Amino acid sequence: MYENYGTRTIFELDKQGCSAVSWPAVDVPEQRLEELLPEEYLRGDVPPLPELAEPDLVRHYSILASRNMCVDSHFYPLGSCTMKYNPKRHERWAALPGFSDLHPYQPADSLQGLLALLYELQQMLAALAGLDAVSLHPAAGAQGELTALLIATAYFRSRGEKRRFVLVPDVAHGTNPASAKMAGLEVVQVRSSPEGIADPEIVAQHLSPETAVFMITNPNTLGLFERHIRRLCEMVHAVGALVYLDGANMNAICGIAQPGKFGVDMMHFNTHKTFSTPHGGGGPGAGPVAVTARLAPFLPVPVVVYENGRYRLDDNRPQSIGRVRSFFGNVGVLIRTYCYLRTLGAEGLRRVAQHAVLNANYLMYKVSQVLPIPYNRRCMHEFVASAAKVKAERNISAMDIAKRLLDYGFHAPTVYFPLVVREALMIEPTETESRETLDAFAAALEAIISEDPELLHQAPHRMPISRPDEVRAARQPQLTWGEGSS
Amino acid sequence: MNPESLRYTPTHEWVYFEEQNGQLIATVGLTQFAVESLTNLVFLELPKVGQHVQAGKPMGVVESIKAVSDIYSPVDGEVIEVNQPVVNELDLLSRDPYGSGWLVKIRLAENKEPEGLLDHKAYEAQCASEPQ
Repeated sequence: MYENYGTRTIFELDKQGCSAVSWPAVDVPEQRLEELLPEEYLRGDVPPLPELAEPDLVRHYSILASRNMCVDSHFYPLGSCTMKYNPKRHERWAALPGFSDLHPYQPADSLQGLLALLYELQQMLAALAGLDAVSLHPAAGAQGELTALLIATAYFRSRGEKRRFVLVPDVAHGTNPASAKMAGLEVVQVRSSPEGIADPEIVAQHLSPETAVFMITNPNTLGLFERHIRRLCEMVHAVGALVYLDGANMNAICGIAQPGKFGVDMMHFNTHKTFSTPHGGGGPGAGPVAVTARLAPFLPVPVVVYENGRYRLDDNRPQSIGRVRSFFGNVGVLIRTYCYLRTLGAEGLRRVAQHAVLNANYLMYKVSQVLPIPYNRRCMHEFVASAAKVKAERNISAMDIAKRLLDYGFHAPTVYFPLVVREALMIEPTETESRETLDAFAAALEAIISEDPELLHQAPHRMPISRPDEVRAARQPQLTWGEGSS
Repeated sequence: MNPESLRYTPTHEWVYFEEQNGQLIATVGLTQFAVESLTNLVFLELPKVGQHVQAGKPMGVVESIKAVSDIYSPVDGEVIEVNQPVVNELDLLSRDPYGSGWLVKIRLAENKEPEGLLDHKAYEAQCASEPQ
């Protein structure tokens, strides 16, 4: 029975007639559904929902949850994702009735506490960015990118300029090209130098009066600091274009370097990475955007403003790109962000960045004893190892190593990204891990690459499911449960 | 096809030139190195017959469980034939990239082999120099 709870779907556990609720007696006059809704909207049949007793339902989901690999249960060095520990006190604060019982349609006068928090958060993020104005609306980093690119196109339109190209280095964050395309712009991929960073001379070849935005991730996805950033910004500005900084990797520099000081015009923060808000299964998230003063009029509406001792939501911004998200974005996530920033303060944030870099360099050294690091220099918050050599010599791929790590009780690193490294394993330990954990992870890697390759090809061995058929999942996706599902 | 007699692009396409009725035709595919690096293929999108393609510009897309990559045309010209079976049966491309896994045939706009393509040796050297 115990096994069934965890291996069967909720539909297979269905036992018609069981119930987890008993409805109270109706105390209002009953009305027929047909009198309330037009007939064409009414179902012919009762929906085939599973029926279970409450304990069975709870056991099903508790067992599934216990099988999940998450930061609370496992070391999670998923490169580029900054899977740091999420302090539990944030949950307590976000659940305070003064926040959780609010309704977005309440008049601003009755929301002063929350608006004060959001206003201060705008200011704190502007300070960290070294930029002038912030929008808290975007619901994720990628939406932040899109928002910023829409701001850029609105800005150029206001100046009567037609610009259509977005330059993206091959070591930039993977979402950048998609965001540019969605904003109606054309993507030009820019090769990085043999050092693994953007090369001003190569970038110069792509710059033209038609360049709209240069999108750079700094530190980049190889975990390297883009040290030509200042010169690159000058070059981009010289052709009248804007610089966007993808803040996905801010954990390495937050509180130490302000992108606005490099010459960056726009950037986003990933609150779930840098500021430890939960990495939900696809959401809710927040990707606040910061911009320079000349781009501020184009920010999404509304913006929280403070006037005559009161906070209010300002909708009257004629040049705004409009709304990008309903109400005020994912406020619950923004509250957690605020708590994180307030808890740590400026000095605490600096130490976060320092420890993130220290942990990554410590682990990089340990891993380099086992696997080659192609761009082997002082890294920032993460580094990329390559399994190309063990693949050639022993037929052990990055995927085999990643899968086997699950058996050892570690979440796998990001694999096969960035594409500039063959058989890439992208490892980001974050600042919240202890040295003992880093040592244990490096030891596991060392043990794995001397294991029998056949054993590794079949890994993981201790998971409920070993290797899902990813090709079939992509080619013939089955997105709903129902007749004919297997 | 014998990989040693083919021409290559730095972006991992191979090209085979042949003359048909006085016109130069390029058969284009992806190299074994590219196919192996991509691992398990999921989707393939090829240009349509009659479509004009430009050297160095994307003409199709290949997607694996790891990544999505553009396929670049090695030549200027017009697509005259597309290997339709390979789109549905990506195994052909994985197993036999230089044979039944070919992708398109292009009639060259100018009736001469373009300059700047790599020979087998130069292409191998490029692959070997990519970061390990």
